[in-house]
Amino acid sequence: MSKHIVASVAEIPPGGRKIVTVRGRELGVFNLGGEFFALINRCPHQGAVLCTGELVSRLVSDGPGDYRLARRGEMIRCPWHCWEFDIRTGQSWCDPDSVQARMYAVSVEPGEELAKGPLMAETVPVSVEQDYVVVEM
Amino acid sequence: MTHAPPGAIDCDIHPVLPSVKLLLPHLDEYWREHILRRGLERDSFETNAFPSTAPINARPDWTPAADTVETLRTHLLDPMAPAVAICNVIHGAQMMMSEDLSAALCRAINNWLAKEWLDRDPRLRASIVVPIHSPDLAAEEIDRMAADPRFVQVLLLSMAELPLGRRQNWPIYRAAERHGLPIGIHAGSSFRHPPSAGGWGSTYLEDYVSYAQGMAGALNSLVVEGVFHRFPGLKAVLIESGVTWLPASFWRLDKTWRGVRAEVPWLTRMPTSIIRDHVRLTTQPFDAPPHQAQLDLIMEELGSDEMLLYASDYPHWHYEGADSLPDGLSPDLIRKIAFDNPRATYPRLAVPAIA
Amino acid sequence: MNVTLRDPRLDRPGQSHLGFVDCDVHPMVKSGADFDPFLAARWIEHRKTIGGRSRQGLARAATYPRMSPGVGQRMDAWPKDGSLPGSDLGLLREQLLDLFDVSHGLLAPLVGGHTAERNVDFAAAMATAVNEWQLARFCVPEPRLKAAVQITMEHEQSAIAEIEHRAGDRRFVQTNIPPRGIEPLGRHRYRRILAASAAAGLPISLHLGGTSGHPSTGGGWPSFYHEEHPSYVQTMQTLVTSLVCEGVFEEIPDLKVVLVEGGFAWLPALCWRLDKHWKRLKAEVPSLTKAPSEYIREHFWVTTQPIEEPERPADMLSLIEWIGPDRIMFSTDYPHWDQDDPRYAFKVKLPDDWSRMIYRDNAKALYHLA
Repeated sequence: MSKHIVASVAEIPPGGRKIVTVRGRELGVFNLGGEFFALINRCPHQGAVLCTGELVSRLVSDGPGDYRLARRGEMIRCPWHCWEFDIRTGQSWCDPDSVQARMYAVSVEPGEELAKGPLMAETVPVSVEQDYVVVEM
Repeated sequence: MTHAPPGAIDCDIHPVLPSVKLLLPHLDEYWREHILRRGLERDSFETNAFPSTAPINARPDWTPAADTVETLRTHLLDPMAPAVAICNVIHGAQMMMSEDLSAALCRAINNWLAKEWLDRDPRLRASIVVPIHSPDLAAEEIDRMAADPRFVQVLLLSMAELPLGRRQNWPIYRAAERHGLPIGIHAGSSFRHPPSAGGWGSTYLEDYVSYAQGMAGALNSLVVEGVFHRFPGLKAVLIESGVTWLPASFWRLDKTWRGVRAEVPWLTRMPTSIIRDHVRLTTQPFDAPPHQAQLDLIMEELGSDEMLLYASDYPHWHYEGADSLPDGLSPDLIRKIAFDNPRATYPRLAVPAIA
Repeated sequence: MNVTLRDPRLDRPGQSHLGFVDCDVHPMVKSGADFDPFLAARWIEHRKTIGGRSRQGLARAATYPRMSPGVGQRMDAWPKDGSLPGSDLGLLREQLLDLFDVSHGLLAPLVGGHTAERNVDFAAAMATAVNEWQLARFCVPEPRLKAAVQITMEHEQSAIAEIEHRAGDRRFVQTNIPPRGIEPLGRHRYRRILAASAAAGLPISLHLGGTSGHPSTGGGWPSFYHEEHPSYVQTMQTLVTSLVCEGVFEEIPDLKVVLVEGGFAWLPALCWRLDKHWKRLKAEVPSLTKAPSEYIREHFWVTTQPIEEPERPADMLSLIEWIGPDRIMFSTDYPHWDQDDPRYAFKVKLPDDWSRMIYRDNAKALYHLA
């Protein structure tokens, strides 16, 4: 397990995402209201590029005819079969206990600390003035 | 085929109403005069969905089928010895274009059932016949007949003018749930539309086979439109439409749900789990596979031993003698099908009939 | 359902899935004008003014809106220029033909609107145009792609002429017929078209979808796409029922029928039901000389997508056994939203011989693909 700098915080504003490659694996890194999450860019159903899908909200309904949004933009919808996954947990909406997209731990670390090393920077140049998104893999 | 155990609860029999004339004593004076002036008492209003002379609907040793309790005893009640048999009358009354004539005829049929059948044999129960294209009038009739505990369910057809789940139909479900009555959805169509999206077929065989697909459509509608969400106490019994098609239908519905449920966000559970909780099926015709291993697998795929309800489907011709159950069901399952499941489905069976 | 979580390092196409025959690939136009080179001036004018008019309320959109743009496309299949998925041969090669080394891709063009068109003369002209367009834009530049003969069922003379015109042209491998017609396909009015296709050595392909003008269910129009999607499967079943019960296979013994995109898990139960009730109602269908399931076993093939995902994945194996592994052919449905990936479609491992049959051999034999 090692830490990898995948983006500067400024690169992924709230509601934004970035597809990155870490140790040969594609991940989607998402910013939900200032918190960062990383999911494997691969749907556990049929292997589609999950993290390029639409960001959707959690839909809530008290019954037929009642339509409301909750947790706006916190789900990722697979670009193929429209399965939805919770970006915070990787869980499938429909089968939360048995279908899950793999998650990776993400932290935000100041450039000043990162500059000291020995993190793997991949392709992201580090400046001491900025904060960075770091994925553990 | 296998005998049903004596004392079984038979969830689908069809007493015959050969002529509208028999309804005259059971109509109010307005509708009696109306029907006589139009000469409608000369009609049978037999439905195109179940022509009574088609071999599949008329077992030779049950022909002519019972239009009196006495004949029903000879044909069915004495030899098969059910403890209870539920009368389901499929009749043109349910589908007349005039909603008011439809409602009047349905009221008369229910009165006729109570007086000519239920009063005469304590083993008989009935489904409330309602004008299926007129939900408000149907709900009124449910409220009226629910006072008689021998009426144990509301009878609908799988294919009518609007898919069963549509909100316009909800007064029926609200009334049924209020009175603790399951809705019994019988095979067949009022033929306001062709039996499939591919148009009108040529033969009754095609129609009869298509009743399974029609029932699958009705079931999808009830589930997807959220009827069981809005009426959590409601149970639906799928009558005379086969059983073995259901697992494949489960898989298709669940697969669609995973991708499309966002369209209907009230559908928060897998359709299969909703169906297992709310839906029951009668056993004739069963449409059994040719091999025991296939039957075993289908029963496993149903995923519940609580869904099937025994039915003779009298007088329809699906088997000979008293061999009214498919072969190869375990004794435990037969007990559930014949006794436990019907009692759990029809709470009113716990109430003794008025002798 | 338990979905196996796969190691992404195994993401590369496995050997067993390379070189398959894809029995359902959807080519698309950049715009309606793509057909103009193949239409007479009179019909170009018609297309631009009156346009297609099918038996439904909406003029230019599907009656049941899909869950993703472009009438339900795979979201990552949109070409960069914003044109519709399936319209860019380069991307089609990249995402399908080359990625999996597909040996043959069978085109199912659901374009041109000719299948449900009310003006049957326009429909006939469009069907011919779609055939020429398939060749020019797809089959000539990419010989792995095989065309389907488009016809309109409501114009018998032109339909038969079109089939006869394409007979012997090995770039066409089947005749495409919409499963939702004005009348069931077994009815006499369509018989000569079916016979012409059989005589031309072309199986008929029934690709689910479309509209006939009749409600999607026998009980009326449903409200939601969530109901429309499963209703296609019910249509497939009534179609099989019609073809069998009308005695079509007695009259046209070499007719072969391929059911595309209807799934297949429903087929055994339909056979059991047909056989049972045929026994009682035989006299009504005297042209049948054997049980319905025997006609089905001889004359029908099914394609896999959208593949059923049984609650217990291993139940797929018994299902294949009941239908016959020689009658099932793999299809992706690229580039639609519910398409299947050959690597992951089956959630159980198939025996090697079944896999060879389903992914390759059955289609090669049926369509005489080299």
